[in-house]
Amino acid sequence: KIFKKILLTMMMIQKTFVGSIIRNFNKPQKNLLLATMMQSSSTFPVANSIESKLKNQLDPIHLEVLNESHMHNVPKNSETHFKVIVVSDVFNTVKMPLQRHRKVNEILKDELDGPVHALSIIAKSPSQWKTMQDKGIEIAKSPNCKGGDGSLPPR
Amino acid sequence: MPQCGFSARVVQALQSEGVDFASVNVLDYPQIREGVKKFSQWPTIPQLYINGEFIGGCDIILSMHESGELGNALSEEKVEDGTQ
Repeated sequence: KIFKKILLTMMMIQKTFVGSIIRNFNKPQKNLLLATMMQSSSTFPVANSIESKLKNQLDPIHLEVLNESHMHNVPKNSETHFKVIVVSDVFNTVKMPLQRHRKVNEILKDELDGPVHALSIIAKSPSQWKTMQDKGIEIAKSPNCKGGDGSLPPR
Repeated sequence: MPQCGFSARVVQALQSEGVDFASVNVLDYPQIREGVKKFSQWPTIPQLYINGEFIGGCDIILSMHESGELGNALSEEKVEDGTQ
């Protein structure tokens, strides 16, 4: 009980301390803070969109959205090539890999119709994922780029 | 060899299965590139078809190759695939 009280008090102090610092920012400092906060979500809008759609529709127990565009023949900071690792109870009933992939493709239809050129999908049920972890099975790395035809980014 | 790493891996898997296969470089045929996506309702390339049936893309093919499923599926069938 005392521990909880101390912890809560520490959190309160921290909150007001940081709060008081920000309150004392002048306008340019506040603008910079705001810009930084906005940039981290707007710099990679496709990744954010993929993450939120998969979270909302599959309620995964584990999710990784990996931008692999840097491995390919595309400009810096592109969002054209992704790998997603999704572990969800939905895959207890959707068992076949093809069906799992179709489900993910459907959820990310707009991204795939749009900027996303390649999507590697690892889709597992929680028990399959646990087995992989217990056995130390690692996710295979995506293949190296062969250069393509230089036509990316598309659309 | 294909100009795409994902397609190249699928080609390697098929070669190691020791089967004859036909392929289309969709970079040379934009209509096929788009048409095959509509046909299979699958948004990306490579796409493997066995006897006209869409099997999957790179992730699925490589996983089937590792588990031996691909070998089983190929053992009696004629194979066609579209790659880039």
